[in-house]
Amino acid sequence: MLDISGRVWSVWRRNWDAFLRTYRVNFIPPFVEPVLYLLALGFGLGTYIEAVDGIPYPVFIAPALVSISVMYSAFFECTYSSFVRMYYQKTFDAIIATPVSIDEVIAGEMLWGATRGMIYAALMLPVLLLFNVVTMPSSLLLIPFAFLAGLLFAGIAMCFTAITPSIDALNYPSFLFITPMFLFSGTFFPLDLLPQPIQYFALAALPLTHVVSINRAITLSAFSPFNLFNLAWIVVVTALFFVLAIRLMKRRLIV
Amino acid sequence: MLYSHDSTDPSGGTIIGDVIVAHDLEKRFEDLVAVDRITFQVREGEVFGFLGPNGAGKTTTMKMIQCTSPKTGGTLEVLDMDVNTHQREIKGHLGVVPQETNLDPDFSAYRNLLVYARYFGIPKREAEQRAEELLAFMQLEEKRDVLIDKLSGGMKRRLIIARALINTPELLILDEPTIGLDPQARHLIWETLRRLQAEGNTLVLTTHYLDEAERLCDRLVIMDHGKILVEGAPADLIREHAGSDVVEVERTEKVIAHLTGLGVKYDLAGGLLQIFTDRPHDVARELIEVCQHEAAVTVRPATLEDVFLRLTGRRLRE
Repeated sequence: MLDISGRVWSVWRRNWDAFLRTYRVNFIPPFVEPVLYLLALGFGLGTYIEAVDGIPYPVFIAPALVSISVMYSAFFECTYSSFVRMYYQKTFDAIIATPVSIDEVIAGEMLWGATRGMIYAALMLPVLLLFNVVTMPSSLLLIPFAFLAGLLFAGIAMCFTAITPSIDALNYPSFLFITPMFLFSGTFFPLDLLPQPIQYFALAALPLTHVVSINRAITLSAFSPFNLFNLAWIVVVTALFFVLAIRLMKRRLIV
Repeated sequence: MLYSHDSTDPSGGTIIGDVIVAHDLEKRFEDLVAVDRITFQVREGEVFGFLGPNGAGKTTTMKMIQCTSPKTGGTLEVLDMDVNTHQREIKGHLGVVPQETNLDPDFSAYRNLLVYARYFGIPKREAEQRAEELLAFMQLEEKRDVLIDKLSGGMKRRLIIARALINTPELLILDEPTIGLDPQARHLIWETLRRLQAEGNTLVLTTHYLDEAERLCDRLVIMDHGKILVEGAPADLIREHAGSDVVEVERTEKVIAHLTGLGVKYDLAGGLLQIFTDRPHDVARELIEVCQHEAAVTVRPATLEDVFLRLTGRRLRE
């Protein structure tokens, strides 16, 4: 069904090379972001919050910060950045004139989006360790899991990119989908503070909820059977969006 | 083939075959037929041109040959392979120079070639060597480490040609290779294309510049509204559709009356009347007598542009 071979990595490598060329700029956010959030929310606002479910507030939000960073990096990579490559730079057109298939181009872009999420998680981890807000060694799992979570957001992002009429229209999913998710996915306060229907909605339709749930289990080293449900949800939805994104992109680009 | 080292054939000669065979090739979009059942063959080692006004279907035809746009009817074989079933194999043996510059702005000239070589699965060492050779071939060595944004239009076009040669293609497809270039840059590209042809490459190109087509193409087709109007060598097409020469005279009532009286056919070209003829001097002498120096009469050899305008008309295409 999908025409994907090992050539998918040549697309991934193109993005990796471009990322390394500007690594100085790219490496700033994962170091700066957690410091700012932890200082402002964790240790600033957090002094008024004794503990959430018995967990110190900075420790409670630490896994959310990783989740958000993975979401942002993968989502924005596969929306704005991919759109620029596709529409303005015509990079996709250049690649599909070679033996690389369109399926591989889109898959390579999404795998790169996932990788970027993973790189950010890996760079944040030492900062979080420095603040002593995550448990080791279980927190090492943040890194591989960031790849899966990244792929989830990359796939969703690529679907928006495939149907967007212009780069400005990508602001809609950014503000109407990503921003609410940033706030209402059990990130800065527990999900069970919300009314029951909204909780169900978050579990059904806000992917970040599941990512935060798993990351929090990882950083606290406290796993529950519910995490298996989180994982299954993520795997299924990731697979669906991965395939859908390629389909939609093919429809857009192959005429 | 550029830089191929097996130029001597031990079996003693090769059979010159057709590199592209299209039969009733069609591309239909929802509301228009971009390519309307065209049939043509491109022979090995020739430079074959597609000419036509905007919207004639040239670029669409190129895209079908490159396997980036699926055909909706007819058959199309490239390098003896079906475009529907052997896309990767065909694309692996093709070099493509697109109309739009789509070099990778994130990389230098040299890295553009290396990154592109990776899409073909060319091993790193080989790609590096080839990239250096191609930069030299296209006179871009000095721009090796310069980002794409810093290159002039002519340099970008040359780099795109270098990129198209990275996989030592058997067939090179060029969509408007000299569009928007100054005369110096155009001549340099023509020189390159002639060298490539001399080395035995097959080139297929589209162009709006009729002097370019006349200079470069062994054979060409003129397309309009998705159909091929004529096919042949430039000189043959000129002889057949325009005659050897053109006599041009200012458009006056007197001249029109005289020509109509004689039953001579003429074309209107703005303020000029054009008479296509094989006896230009007789016609000119006659007209000079009629005009009595009231209107200028000029004689010039017919060109491909005359053929093109006669066949496709002078109406503007947007």
